[in-house]
Amino acid sequence: MLYREAGQFKTSYAADAAIFPIRQDRFAVIALLLVAFVVVPFVATPYIFTGILIPLLILSLAALGLNILTGYAGQLSLGTAAFMAVGAFASFNFMVRVPGMPVLLAFAGGGVVAALVGILFGLPSLRIRGFYLAVATLAAQFFILWFLTKVGWVTNYNPSGVITAQQIVILGYAFTTPTSKYLLVLSIVALMALAAKNMTRGNAGRSWMAVRDMDVAAEVIGIRLMRAKLLAFAVSSFYCGVAGALFAYAYLGTVEPEAFSLDLSFRVLFMVIIGGIGSILGSFLGAAFVTLLPVLLSVTVRFLDSNLGLHIAESTISNLELMVFGGLIIFFLIVEPHGLARLWQIAKEKLRLWPFPH
Amino acid sequence: MTFFFEVLIGGLLAGVMYSLVALGFVLIYKASGVFNFAQGAMVFFAAATFVGLQQDYGIGFWTALPLALAAMVLLGLVTERVVLRPLVNQPQITLFMATIGLTFFLEGFVQILWGSNVRGLELGLADEPLQWITDSTGMNVSKFDLAAAGVAAVLVTMLAVFFNRTRIGRALRAVADDHQAALAVGIPLQQIWAIVWGVAGAVALVAGMLWGARNGVQFALTFVALKALPVLILGGFDSIPGAIVGGLIVGASEKLAEVYIGPLVGGGIEGWFPYVLALVFLLIRPEGLFGEKIIRRI
Repeated sequence: MLYREAGQFKTSYAADAAIFPIRQDRFAVIALLLVAFVVVPFVATPYIFTGILIPLLILSLAALGLNILTGYAGQLSLGTAAFMAVGAFASFNFMVRVPGMPVLLAFAGGGVVAALVGILFGLPSLRIRGFYLAVATLAAQFFILWFLTKVGWVTNYNPSGVITAQQIVILGYAFTTPTSKYLLVLSIVALMALAAKNMTRGNAGRSWMAVRDMDVAAEVIGIRLMRAKLLAFAVSSFYCGVAGALFAYAYLGTVEPEAFSLDLSFRVLFMVIIGGIGSILGSFLGAAFVTLLPVLLSVTVRFLDSNLGLHIAESTISNLELMVFGGLIIFFLIVEPHGLARLWQIAKEKLRLWPFPH
Repeated sequence: MTFFFEVLIGGLLAGVMYSLVALGFVLIYKASGVFNFAQGAMVFFAAATFVGLQQDYGIGFWTALPLALAAMVLLGLVTERVVLRPLVNQPQITLFMATIGLTFFLEGFVQILWGSNVRGLELGLADEPLQWITDSTGMNVSKFDLAAAGVAAVLVTMLAVFFNRTRIGRALRAVADDHQAALAVGIPLQQIWAIVWGVAGAVALVAGMLWGARNGVQFALTFVALKALPVLILGGFDSIPGAIVGGLIVGASEKLAEVYIGPLVGGGIEGWFPYVLALVFLLIRPEGLFGEKIIRRI
C-alpha cells in the first residue's frame, strides 16, 4: 500500500532515465540526506562523530570502490588498503610539494595517482582470472606498503614514519571540529556515491556487468575487455584513493603505512560481501555492519562484565570479539549469501504487497 | 660460489616448509573448490594444541601427537558440517569469505584455549649445521631443515599414493573433477569432504610442528599462510607436485633475492618478492605451472 509505483507514469525521457524512478525511493533518499546533513550534526556527540560516523562513511567509500571492481566488474581484489595508502600518501605529497594546494584538489589528485597505480596492478587481470588474480593483487598490497616504508621521498624523509596530516582548510575555513569534518566527509561521500550510482547504470557499468557474467561472451558482443577491466580498476582505485586520503586526513590525523594493512583490505572485502555484491546500497550497509559490530560487541561484553561481575581478562575479551566476529560472518553468509542489500530488496517486495499476502 | 650454494640450499629447504602449508590448501581446493584461507589458522591451532597438551597437561610427546591429530580431524569434520555444508552451491567467493570468518574464529579460539604467549616446541632436532657437510664442502646446511625436507618428502609420497592408489583417493579425484557426476555414480560427497578436511588438518599438524619448532608457537604462525599463497599460484591451485615445485622456486629465489638484490633497495623484500615472482610466472602461464588448463567456451 505504502510502497508501490502504481499511478506513477513516466511522461518524458528524463523521467524514464531518473536514478530513482519510484517516488517513494526519491523521498526516502532525500529524507535520509536531510537527516544526515541537518539532524545528525545537532544530535550526535563528538565521540559518535570521530569514533563511528566518520570512519563508517570513509570505509563506505572504500567499500564502494571495491564493489565497483569486485561486484560490478567481477575482479576479486585483496589490495584495497594499498590503493587507499597510495591515495593518502599522494595527497600528502601534493600538499607538501605544491605551495597553496587546495585540499580538495589534493584529495582528487591522490585519487588520480591511486587510479594510475590501480591500472598498473590491473594489467595482469587481462590474463589472470579468479583466485589467481586475488592472490596476485596481494602483490600490490605488500609491494606498495614496502615501497611507502622504504622510499624516503614519499614520506618527505620523516624519520619516525608517522606523519601528522596537515589541517584541512578550504577557502580559509579550517575543518577542525568533529562536526565540520563529518559534514565534509559526508558531502564528498554523497557526491561520489551518486556518481557511482550513475556510472553503474550507464555504458561503463553495463559493460562491467557483462564482463563479470562471462568475459568471453562479453568480448564476442563487442565489449573491449581491456578497456572495461582497466576502467574498472581505475575507477575503483580512484574511489579507494580518495577514501584513503580522507581516512588519513579526516579520521586518523596521521599518514602512516601501518594504518593500511592487509587487515583493512579484508575488512573492506567483508563489507562488500556482507553488504551485497554489486550493490551501491550494499556498500553502505556492509560498512555499517562491519564498523558497528565490534563496537556493539565490546559494549555488550563490557556491560556483561561489569554487571555480572565476571571479570574477564582484557586479552580474553579481544579474543572473544574475534571469535564472535568470525562466527557472525559465517552465520550471515549462511543465512543470506547475497548480503544485506538482498534483505532490503525482499523487504521492498513485501512492502509492495502489504497488507495482502499475495 | 660456496656462499651462493649455501644460500640456494637454505632457500630450497625453506621452500619445502612453504610447500607443506601449501599442500593443505591444494588438498581442499582440489576436492571441493574451496580456497581455504583458514589453513594458516589451522596450522596455528594444530601447533598450539600439540604444545599446549604437552606443557599444560604434562602429556608425553607420543601421546600428544595422536590427541592433536584427533583434534585436527575433529576440527575438519566440524568445519565441514557447520560451515561448508550449508554453503553448498554458493559462489566461490562466498566460500572464501566464510573461510576468512573461520580464520578469525580460530585465532580467537586458540588464544582463549591456550593463551597468547609464545611457546617453544622441542622436536629433538637442533637448528645447527651438519658437521660432515661443513667439513667436506664448507657449506652450512641445517640439520633441522634437512629433517623437515625429509618429512615433507614422506608426506607427499604418502599423499600421492593415497590419491592414486586407494579407493578413497579415486573418489576424491572424481569429486574434484565434477561434483554432480560424482554424486550420480554414488560417491558420498559429504563423506569425501569430511575426509579431505581431516587430511588437511593432519597436514596442518605436521606443518605446525615444524614451523612451531623453528619460530616458536605463536600468533605469527597464521601468517605462514601468506607465505604459502605465492607458492600456490606459482604451482597451480590444484596440483600437489605444483605445490612442491612452487615451494622450491619461491624458497630459493626469495633467499637469493634477499641476499643479492635486497641490499640494493634497502632490504625487507622477502615480504613481496615471491608475489611479484609468481605474478611474472602467471603472465606466462595463467593457471600456474602445473594447474589444470581452463578451457572457456560460451
